Formats: sequence, C-alpha cells, structure tokens
Amino acid sequence: MDYIVEMLNIRKEFPGVLANDNVTVQLKQGEILALLGENGAGKSTLMSILFGLFHLDKGKIKVRGKEVQISNPNDANNLGIGMVHQHFKLVETFTVTENIIIGMEGGFVLDRKKAGAKIKALSVQYGLNIDPDEKIEDITVGMQQRVEILKMLYRDAEVLIFDEPTAVLTPQEIRELMQIMRNLIKEGKSIILITHKLKEIKEIADRCTVIRRGKVIGSVEVAETSQQQMANMMVGREVSFSVDKGEKEAGDVVLEINGLNVLNNRKTLGLKDFSLNVRRGEIMGVAGVEGNGQTELVEAITGLRKSETGDINILGKNIAKYSIRKRNESGIAHIPEDRHKFGLVLEYSLSENFVLKSYYQQPYSKMGLLHQDVIDQHAVKLIDDFDVRAGQGEKSPASALSGGNQQKAILGREIDLDTDLLIAVQPTRGLDVGAIEYIHKRLIEQRDSGKAVLLVSLELDEILDLSDRIAVVNSGELIDLVVNDDSIDENDIGLMMAGVKKGEA
Amino acid sequence: MKKDYTGVIKSLGAVLLGLLAGAILMLAIGANPLKGFFYLFQGGFKSIERFGNIFAIATTLILTGLSVAFAFRTGLFNIGAAGQMLMGGLCATMIGLSFDSLPRIILLPFMFIVALLGGAIWGIIPGLLKARFNVHEVVATIMMNWIAYWIVYYVIGDYFTSGLLETESASIPAVAQLRLPWLTDLLNGSYLNLGIVVSIACVIIIKFILDRTTLGYELKAVGYNRHAAQYAGIKVNRSIILSMMIAGGLAGLAGLTYYTGYSINIQIGVLPTQGFDGIAVALLGATTPWGVFFSAAFFGLLHAGKGFMSANTIIPPQIADTIIAIIIYFTATSLFIEKMWVKMKTRRLEKKNIKSGGDE
Repeated sequence: MDYIVEMLNIRKEFPGVLANDNVTVQLKQGEILALLGENGAGKSTLMSILFGLFHLDKGKIKVRGKEVQISNPNDANNLGIGMVHQHFKLVETFTVTENIIIGMEGGFVLDRKKAGAKIKALSVQYGLNIDPDEKIEDITVGMQQRVEILKMLYRDAEVLIFDEPTAVLTPQEIRELMQIMRNLIKEGKSIILITHKLKEIKEIADRCTVIRRGKVIGSVEVAETSQQQMANMMVGREVSFSVDKGEKEAGDVVLEINGLNVLNNRKTLGLKDFSLNVRRGEIMGVAGVEGNGQTELVEAITGLRKSETGDINILGKNIAKYSIRKRNESGIAHIPEDRHKFGLVLEYSLSENFVLKSYYQQPYSKMGLLHQDVIDQHAVKLIDDFDVRAGQGEKSPASALSGGNQQKAILGREIDLDTDLLIAVQPTRGLDVGAIEYIHKRLIEQRDSGKAVLLVSLELDEILDLSDRIAVVNSGELIDLVVNDDSIDENDIGLMMAGVKKGEA
Repeated sequence: MKKDYTGVIKSLGAVLLGLLAGAILMLAIGANPLKGFFYLFQGGFKSIERFGNIFAIATTLILTGLSVAFAFRTGLFNIGAAGQMLMGGLCATMIGLSFDSLPRIILLPFMFIVALLGGAIWGIIPGLLKARFNVHEVVATIMMNWIAYWIVYYVIGDYFTSGLLETESASIPAVAQLRLPWLTDLLNGSYLNLGIVVSIACVIIIKFILDRTTLGYELKAVGYNRHAAQYAGIKVNRSIILSMMIAGGLAGLAGLTYYTGYSINIQIGVLPTQGFDGIAVALLGATTPWGVFFSAAFFGLLHAGKGFMSANTIIPPQIADTIIAIIIYFTATSLFIEKMWVKMKTRRLEKKNIKSGGDE
C-alpha cells in the first residue's frame, strides 16, 4: 500500500475518559485527509499521539510501512511529521528566520544568512510570499501561519498536520491557505487537516475520516459525499443547517453608541470614534478578524473596560459612567467571549452560577441571607428550559459540564434576566453542531420577541446566518454598516474585514 | 447532594504521613516511636487539666486559622495574622490594664470590641493597599507584622510594664482576664478560658457567612474567579478590603484570647508564632471553618503532649514541632500526592488492560 502514515487500532485512555477507542487512520502519500469531529471527539488526542505529545495505550503507528515509536516531538520531526498548532508558537520580537531556526541553530555561531537564503527559496517554491527578515510582530496573522508552515518545511517535513488552521483567518486568507495547501500537495507532501468546518473539507480535502466520541465512524471520499452526509456522520443524527429566520420589522433604538473611544491593553486606542445603534427586534452582527476592537467594544458597553470618551445609551440613558452592576440593571445581558474567565465560576454549582447576577435580589435572597431552596428551584427550571445536561443536576459544579452545556447555562441565565439588550460574543465558539443549532435558535427567538441583540463573532458564516444588519470592523474602526439581505456579497465583507473600504478595492 | 470528603481524606493522609515521618525520626535517634507516641498522646489526654489545655492552646489557633482560611477563600493570602493578633492583643491589654475599675460585664465586651477593631484595622490597611495600588497582600501583611511588633515594643515597654520587668506588660488583673475561676477549678487548673467560647462562636459565624449569606457568596466568587465576579457586578476591590478586615478582626480576637486568657500578659519583642501556625491550621483544615477547628485541636494536642513525651523518653520536644512541620509540607504538597495517587491508579489500570489485551 502507498500509505505514508498509518495509525492502527489506537487506544488512549485518560482517567475516566476513553479518548480514542480502537481508532484507525491512514494517510495516503500526496493526499489531504480531513479529520472531522466535534469538540472532544478525540481528534486532537489522536494527533498529539502522532506528534509524540501523548503515549498510546494500545495500537501501532507505521510510517512508510515501518512500525515506529514516537515518544516526543523530536521523534516526530525526525520521521518527517510536522504540526501547525492552532495557537502559533512564535517569538513575537524575533524575525521570521530566527523563529524558524529556533531549536536547530547548530554550532555556536548563528548563520542567519544561510538559513535566510534557504527560507527564501522555500517561500518561493511553495508560494508563501514571506520575507525572512521581518519581525513576527509586524506581520499579519495569515503570514504568521505561513511562518509556521515554513518551520515544518525547513525541517523537511513530509507529513503536515494542520490543527483548525482557518479559525483565525479572514476569508481571503483562507483562500490563500487553500492555495498553499494545494502547492504543498503538488510538491509531494501529505496533509492531515483537523477541522469541524465542512465547507473547507468539501473544498480542499480528498478523503475525510469522521470521529465521534473517540471512535471512527467511517472514512469517505469527499467528492462523493455531501456536506449534509458528513455532518450527520459527525453528530450521529440529522442536522439542520438552515437557520429559520423570519422577517421582522426593527423597532426603537435600544443601544446607541456615539463617538466611543476605548483603550486596548497596549494603552493605544483599540476602538476609535465608534458609533453604532441596535434596535428592538434586530440582530446586529459585528464582523471582523480577531483583535480588531470587538473585545474593547463589548467590554466598554458592559463596563468591564473604561471608555475614554463617547456616549453609551441604553433606552436613551447614558450609562457610560455607570458601575457594572448598574449597567446590568439598566438592561444589559451579556454572553461573554470567554466562558471560563468571565461567564462562570467553575467551582460554583449550577444553582449558584444561575444567580450570579441576581443573587442579591429577591426572591433569591433577603436581608443578605441566601434562600437556597428558591435558588435551587430556579436552577431546576432553567436546566429544564435550556436543556442543560449535568450529572448531578443543579448541584453539579459548573466545571463538570461539557462546553456546550456550560454555554447553554450561560445563555439560559442571561436570557432569563429578560433585559432589553442581549450581547452575545462568540456564542458558539468551540461547540458542536447540535449545540450551535440550539443556540442560534434561541438567539433568533430573542430577536423575535423584540429584544435587541448585538452579536459579535469571528465566524463570518454565523454573522451572515443570523444578522439583520452587519457592522464590519477593522483596527477599531467601523468600516461599513450593511443590511444583510440577498444582495450581500461575502467577498465584499471579507475585503472590508481586511480594512478595505467600499470603492477602494 | 453527595458530600465531598476529599479534603478530609487529604488532611488525614497528611497527618498520617507526618506521624510516620516523626516515627522514623524517633527511630533514628534510637527511641521507640510507639512509646514516644504513647506519651505524646497521653500528655494530651492523661488528665482533665491536660485535656483542657489542648483546647486552651487550640483557642488561639482556631482564630488565627480561621483568619487565614477566610482570607484564603477570597483568594487572599493573609501572612499578617501574627501582626493582627498582636494589635488585637495590645488593644485589649491596654484597655484591661487601664480600666480595671469597670465591672467585668462591661470591661470584657469592651476589650472584645477593641481587639476586634485593632485586628480589623491591621487587616484593612493591606486590603486597601491591594485594592487601590495593587500591592501584593503577602508583602503588605509582612510589613504590617513588623509595624505591630515595634508598636508593641514601644507602647508596652514605655507605658504598660509593671516596673519589675521591662520586657513584658504588667499582668492582666483578674477582672480583665478571660479565665473563669470556676472553670479553672473544674479542670484542675487548666488554662482553658472564655476564649474557647469566642473561637467556637466564630467558627459557627464564619461558616454561616460563607455558606448562607450574599456576602459569603460574593467573597467566594471573588476568590474563585475574580473576572467572573467583576462581570457579575460584584465590587471586587470592596470585597478584598472587607475580607481582609474580617480576617484581621478574627486574628485580633486571637490576640484577645491569647494575651488576656492564656498568657495574661504581653511580651515585647515577640511575633506570636500562633499567627504563622494559623497558616498551617488553615491548610490542614482545608480552609473550611470546622476543618480549622479540628486541625487546631490536633495541633493543640501535639503542643500539649510534647512536654510529657520528652519528660518520659529521650525524645526532645522538638520532634513534635518537626511532626507539625512535616504535616504542613504534606498538606501543602497534597496536590502532588493526589497526582501520584491518580498515576498509580492509571498504571494499575493499564496493567490490567495489557493483561486483558490481545483480544483483537
């Protein structure tokens, strides 16, 4: 057979979790194999085994037909296996060359020139368009990813593993990445692509192996399989892709932002003279690449971050100087971007988390004394209403829930606050198709019931599926505000996300 | 709800390992560990007086332990229990020595309140520094310890000595002592005093605050996840100051029980070790109020029994201190022990898998 990498009957167990159960994955020479599965299905564990980060309990790994032991990433490198991690492992203040030769400097004196020349040659060969002398902090995220690819090529990797490579890219950058992958294949490399985005698999992969709950469900030829079929395999049931969204006339303005300036963590303006309004019965989508002012916008509205100048009006009242609690009480519900950092107290039970914003109010407490039974009843109701699955019901610690159920719990808590404005930031990040479907449905329900919804997402598809209007941001500025109807062009939005204003392109 | 006993198991494990290490040390110096432990425990339980002394010693440790544990639950590390205790004790002593003409029923509550306030102020200052200027509370509380140390040095040394000895205050008059003659008689001269009532009441009150009140909910939320607390609209800085204030107040009461109940005078030039032992008590007690109570009682037992042990064997009393120290090490590294345990279990599981393997 012409398999270059074979992982046969792999079993890996963590205390209490069977992450991989008799999994077999085979990669042919010169193909792109997609590894499809929901979060927690065991894809990453499997690839970590191949890359030498975990040890397998049972099974065999063969490279070019020969059985091998991979006990650390160096072994993997020596066998020609390289990995582009989801979070890049680069030193910001080093140049491209320095980042690439890190760990294999050889000798005492660095020969940057020789390394630089080799990198330049590789960059041209694969169409990567990278200047070896630039510093990492000065180049775009897409380019940084290409540096990671170069790192592998520099080490003569034959098999390249990409872990969710498109999560941080704009649509244009995604297209460029696809082209680079094709170039790599042309030059005889083989690729394993870890993803849960069906569209990308359809576009680039040759075969697709679907993993569900640690087991291989099957391997299919991508050309002969529809996205729907792959989605059903991944989730284990019929999935609906289309978001049911009826027409809805938008009403009064709920949130009105005028000339808002906000500093980012580097103490420069992360949000510049930003104005926006969100009305009742509409979902306002904020589209943009990560780190272009979305965080600053949301934190300034909710009070987690101080704004420098500008007004934030909720139902005509300027809340820019209010405390966080007073803002919450003025009518803001907020599904935060980072559910572990902000959304939940993981050590607290579900009951306690459900009253995180209302514990001090009646009927949950009176005169400073908690009414545990009322709090528990409230939790039981929300668990039921929002289909939160937890082992010990309302007494389960939040940390014991899966990501999807944690998110449903937050969603339930925030919707239950029954506020005029709901801010949802990356509400489906890292969730499986089933949970995404559910959360989208509930967000649209909120819109239909006359709430104003501000949706911030890095997934352009999510923005396009849900929003009534779309605000495109880049470098902290509002590039354009467009109505999301049939005439909308995804390409235009992508260009605007990259900072190109309409008419400039 | 299923009760979580991992904290109890971890603490008992640490105690057992500490005793085991103590046994090895006893063997090393040529003593019989069984005899050593026999006398150590007999020293605590032999008579009603000694039994009373276990709790007399524990009284102060319960309060300093509660102080550290309470701050810990809010995510703060209170190293300043010693200084707070000293200030509480100083305030109570000054009142006790100055107003000994007041009737006891007024004097004792008066001393109680000033001890509480003295400790609380000593806790508020690091809390404020942390909240306003982000000064780490470990640094600030250590500094506060030394400030308290020198304040006692000058105030007691200059104004409150008996004139006979310059290194300690005059003895607290009987009217201002927490000791109760009938209780002392009942326990054949034990040091056990009213302080035990104060400390047990504090255990109950702190447990109530932590479990049943919105204040406890807020403080714990800040301790577990400062960001989520902020997101929920809880005033994080206010919680930090409040928590340090309460922790300081508890340690201040520890000073009251120690200086006016146990030692009945205050020495200058001494940072009370009970303040630091409070850290150990809190850790061993898994930072829960009743855990603190039992671990303080255990430490009280070791302290009460060590003299008896060394009198009856060749084992020096320092062995008991060493056992305490080792227990602290094991408690602090309980995470490590836990990991080892999990690893052992998985290895056993793997072995079983290999044995049952080959079925493909």
